[in-house]
Amino acid sequence: MFDQEKVQALRVKKEEWDRKIVAKLDRSPERKKEFKTDSDALVQRLYTPAEVAELSYERDLALPGEYPFTRGVQPTMYRGRLWTMRQYAGFGTAEETNRRFKYLLAQGQTGLSVAFDLPTQIGYDSDHPLARGEVGKVGVVIDSLQDIELLFDGIPLDKVSTSMTINSPAAVIMAMYIALAEKQGVHLSQLNGTIQNDILKEYVARGTYIFPPHPSMRLITDIFAYCAEHVPNWNTISISGYHIREAGSTAVQEIAFTLADGIAYVDAAIRAGLDVDNFAPRLSFFFNAHLNFFEEVAKFRAARRIWAKIMRERFGAKDPRSLMLRFHTQTAGCSLTAQQPDVNIMRVAYQALSAVLGGTQSLHTNSRDEALALPSEPSVLIALRTQQVIGYEIGVTDTVDPLGGSYFIEALTNQIEEDAWTYINKIEEMGGAVQAIEKGFMQREIQQSAYAYQRQIETGERVVIGVNKFLMESEMPKDLLKVNPAVAESQIEKLRKLQEGRNQRQVAEVLQNLRIKAQTDENLMPTIVEAVKAYATLGEICGILREVFGEYQQQVLL
Amino acid sequence: MTEKRIRVLVAKAGLDGHDRGAKVIAQALRDAGMEVIYTGLRQTPEQIVETAIQEDVQVVALSSLSGAHIQLFPPVAQLLREQGAVDVLVLGGGVIPAEDIPYLKGSGIAEIFTSGTSTVDIIKYIQERV
Repeated sequence: MFDQEKVQALRVKKEEWDRKIVAKLDRSPERKKEFKTDSDALVQRLYTPAEVAELSYERDLALPGEYPFTRGVQPTMYRGRLWTMRQYAGFGTAEETNRRFKYLLAQGQTGLSVAFDLPTQIGYDSDHPLARGEVGKVGVVIDSLQDIELLFDGIPLDKVSTSMTINSPAAVIMAMYIALAEKQGVHLSQLNGTIQNDILKEYVARGTYIFPPHPSMRLITDIFAYCAEHVPNWNTISISGYHIREAGSTAVQEIAFTLADGIAYVDAAIRAGLDVDNFAPRLSFFFNAHLNFFEEVAKFRAARRIWAKIMRERFGAKDPRSLMLRFHTQTAGCSLTAQQPDVNIMRVAYQALSAVLGGTQSLHTNSRDEALALPSEPSVLIALRTQQVIGYEIGVTDTVDPLGGSYFIEALTNQIEEDAWTYINKIEEMGGAVQAIEKGFMQREIQQSAYAYQRQIETGERVVIGVNKFLMESEMPKDLLKVNPAVAESQIEKLRKLQEGRNQRQVAEVLQNLRIKAQTDENLMPTIVEAVKAYATLGEICGILREVFGEYQQQVLL
Repeated sequence: MTEKRIRVLVAKAGLDGHDRGAKVIAQALRDAGMEVIYTGLRQTPEQIVETAIQEDVQVVALSSLSGAHIQLFPPVAQLLREQGAVDVLVLGGGVIPAEDIPYLKGSGIAEIFTSGTSTVDIIKYIQERV
């Protein structure tokens, strides 16, 4: 892109410019000795063509919607259509969450995102001993199809796009959504949405695993195959880096570990007999939007470029859609403070902007009370309006990839790509993501980064307003959301009534059928759909699978 | 003369999988010279107390970010008392609303350390009391 002679001349001039500054640093110091990204890469004083001398527009950037998609996966990006504004929501009963969904849709959000409580995520009904104290606390409680029906009451499934943060029991929740669609008279090809369905990051960073890796991968590839045939407009997985980042990883680790997980899923699906172009267009990703603004923008661009190369070169995918990394973003919960919570509004705003400048397809913005409770209505409204200001008022959506060509952004994109490849190749040398996880490699890297981050806060090297700088006595926000403690009791009662009122013999038969089929390698989705339609509960279905597959034994690494 | 090292159990109570804080604190306590056992995820109060007694710890540090602290923390303190481990310091941390803290303290949790706490303060707190 640049005339190499001119670049060399510039290099010489810049070195002289730097020398003069360094000579005066005693008298006019910079604020730090060194400036670094969150991934510990040095940030230079200035970026010029000399810092990106090897950049080739055609090879490294290309046009939006064309390989390697650095500048975006669609040609018109937000000029055509804004990202989906999709606030993660869920608490208490299905009825309460249904009300919050309707509120958010009425305020202009354009997609649904469902948060489930921990017993649901871990395949337990509300009456299980381990559900004690957890029912409805971090998300909506779903014990059976009945709860899904209540959750989407008055919401036509052909009119919304729904993302569901469910992993180990994703097949069961997907089956319930399908069953509901059929009840609503909606054809499955009209369903739009996503299930997270990413077990590998559960082992590494999130913890809502149930079964061991091998049967978990089987369930995942069963879903890929079933949806390719029956629910073709559904994103069958959201390969996630958000939680890896929340657990303490750097930006580089976030995308490296996520893309390594992606490789493992594509490998598994191919080994299960699927053709790559048959399922790969429906893979999607989920990243974090953290504080270091330009690093985050560059990170998203690097991720697209890397994935495109992996899909073309390693997996030989031919369909251009197989090469496109489409992603949802959530602003970094771990960066928000309990102290002076209104300051979180600004943090989230800049993080959201970085995701938009990074070309996200979908976005959740955290609420200011993130460190204290689930979002109150006023708080989630501010979070939604944050996205709307970016989308409608400030002009950043008027052109595609506005930061493309910035010497800094392109240098950062290159650096992040290079560093991520180092990790990806290392993981491949270990035998892939599953092996790397079994060896504890990802977990140790994440923990090291998390510890280093905390040390930086405690030495003051990393500023956190309200925590180690500009402290003040701040008032606890009023009207924090509280989950009604009666939810557990009412849900257990609901469960009892359901189990009394259904055709028990039909349930027993379908569960027995599931038990048998789970021991073969037949696709389990049709049987699970049958089971949920008979109102077998989530706990009952997962109970059968626990029996057959066993439970994952965590390794405690510290 | 070598002093006996303070023994601490860091425990994740309930189904919550957020262990970043628990692990960072465990490592910080280790770096401060304490012997730390980390339970890993999904511990019931009964399991936590069993491990605490088995490992003969002087401190049990409970973590929960899932809102189950009211149901899960007090039983740990209670079971420790019932089993005669009355000198064990029980601490809690995670996402715990300020209004729940008096109740937790009343049930035997000595102190609650929430978001923004520095590991230096936790280390100091323990060293001054054990």
